[in-house]
Amino acid sequence: MNLIDEIREAVKGLYSLAIGMGVTGKYFVKPEVTVHYPRKTVDNIATYSGHVELLQGKKNPLESDCIMCGTCERNCPSGCLTLQYDEIVEENPEPEKKKKKTKKLTALLYDYSYCSLCGQCIENCPVDTLGFSNHVYWAEYDRCSIKMDLLSRLKETLKNKKGA
Amino acid sequence: MMSIIQLMPAELIRILIGLIAILAFIAVNALVLVYVERKVAGFIQRRPGPYEVGPWGILQTLVDAVKLMGKQLFSPTGGDRLLFWVAPLLAFAPLPLLFLSIPVGRNLVAYDASLGLILILAFSGLNVLALCLAGWGSYNKWSLLGAIRSVSQAVAYEIPLLLVVLAVTLMTGTLQLSAIVESQGAWPWQWNWLIQPAGFVIFVICALAETNRAPFDLPEAESELTAGFHTEYSGMGFGLFFLAEYTSMVVVSSVCTILFLGGWKGPGPELLGFIWFFAKVYALVLIMMWMRWTFPRVRFDQLLNISWRWLIPLSLFNLLYVALVVKI
Repeated sequence: MNLIDEIREAVKGLYSLAIGMGVTGKYFVKPEVTVHYPRKTVDNIATYSGHVELLQGKKNPLESDCIMCGTCERNCPSGCLTLQYDEIVEENPEPEKKKKKTKKLTALLYDYSYCSLCGQCIENCPVDTLGFSNHVYWAEYDRCSIKMDLLSRLKETLKNKKGA
Repeated sequence: MMSIIQLMPAELIRILIGLIAILAFIAVNALVLVYVERKVAGFIQRRPGPYEVGPWGILQTLVDAVKLMGKQLFSPTGGDRLLFWVAPLLAFAPLPLLFLSIPVGRNLVAYDASLGLILILAFSGLNVLALCLAGWGSYNKWSLLGAIRSVSQAVAYEIPLLLVVLAVTLMTGTLQLSAIVESQGAWPWQWNWLIQPAGFVIFVICALAETNRAPFDLPEAESELTAGFHTEYSGMGFGLFFLAEYTSMVVVSSVCTILFLGGWKGPGPELLGFIWFFAKVYALVLIMMWMRWTFPRVRFDQLLNISWRWLIPLSLFNLLYVALVVKI
């Protein structure tokens, strides 16, 4: 590189420094984009992807659409999800045919302390009844208390919704 | 009591009063500048900065200072205890001396030394020794690296700085700071910065490097060296380094104001000169902060290249040019 090129390079560099100062100078006078958290909160919580939760059913809005297939349980790489259900066997009035079995979900245990929020359970759910929650403002003192039952959580949110 | 005061020469009393005022100024100035720096950083990054302690967070630095004073002082095992604790004192001790000969207004100076400029340049050089001792006494690889960097940086940047200062003294023919101010007029186009703009720019760059401010904060370099030379310091040891940094910012800005921006000169009555002086100084300090939050840190070879390949030849040309101007 000869001298003229070097000088041109240096002048260009100085010019870019001035542009940088201009950018930060403009930012200095623009309004701030953060909020003072405990006093104000952001209004775009809908875009937040929190822990996994059981969604309100599309077919039966009073509970979830879960068919207890166990896909989420099998697909979870950390084994956070555990399905618990009761099998109810009903006597069929026609004796030749099989007995009628129905399953009833009693709990979907979720250990958030191992969850890496990879979303495998949500992607693989055949009835799309799992999703990420908007549960942001949540703090606990130990890891045991962040284990939860997603079914009872859903019931509670539905009850609150009805109350509202 | 009266007889003691009568025994002392008037000059000594003046220096003592000046020193007390300077020490008070140093402490208050550091508190204010740390707050301003954090606010500037916040605004540039579009967040509020300190906000919780006091209205708009103005008491934040005061509380931080109390915390620093309350902290336990640790010295690292294996380090040189004496050098380790001498270093922060050495960083802070020359600071009042630097202010001693800075004229804030006409006759508003503690000791108007005829070699004031030399006094400031000589004693500001002690800061490098302090950083060097801090790095050596800490017995820590990061501190030592920071110390090595600070020494080579100071050696490299002291040369163009001195050459630029030499150019100014060549023009004014004096090393007395008040005389340098007197040689400049009241209006901005009568100040030295228009006669030698290259000198002004080189001085500002060297001032950034000499005070170890970003983008030349290699001795500290948080992201590479944890905290560089003051990694091992806790409590007021760290506090003194901090105080030294913010005070030397004001010192270099004051010298820059005196050499290039007409010192206390400005339109309006002479009595209000100190307002002009402080306005210019703090404008320069704000520009230094603005630069810190804009530019990324330079790499070490870039740092030395800027000095040896650009600033030193340019300041030599500046000297030649000023000699020609003076001759004509």
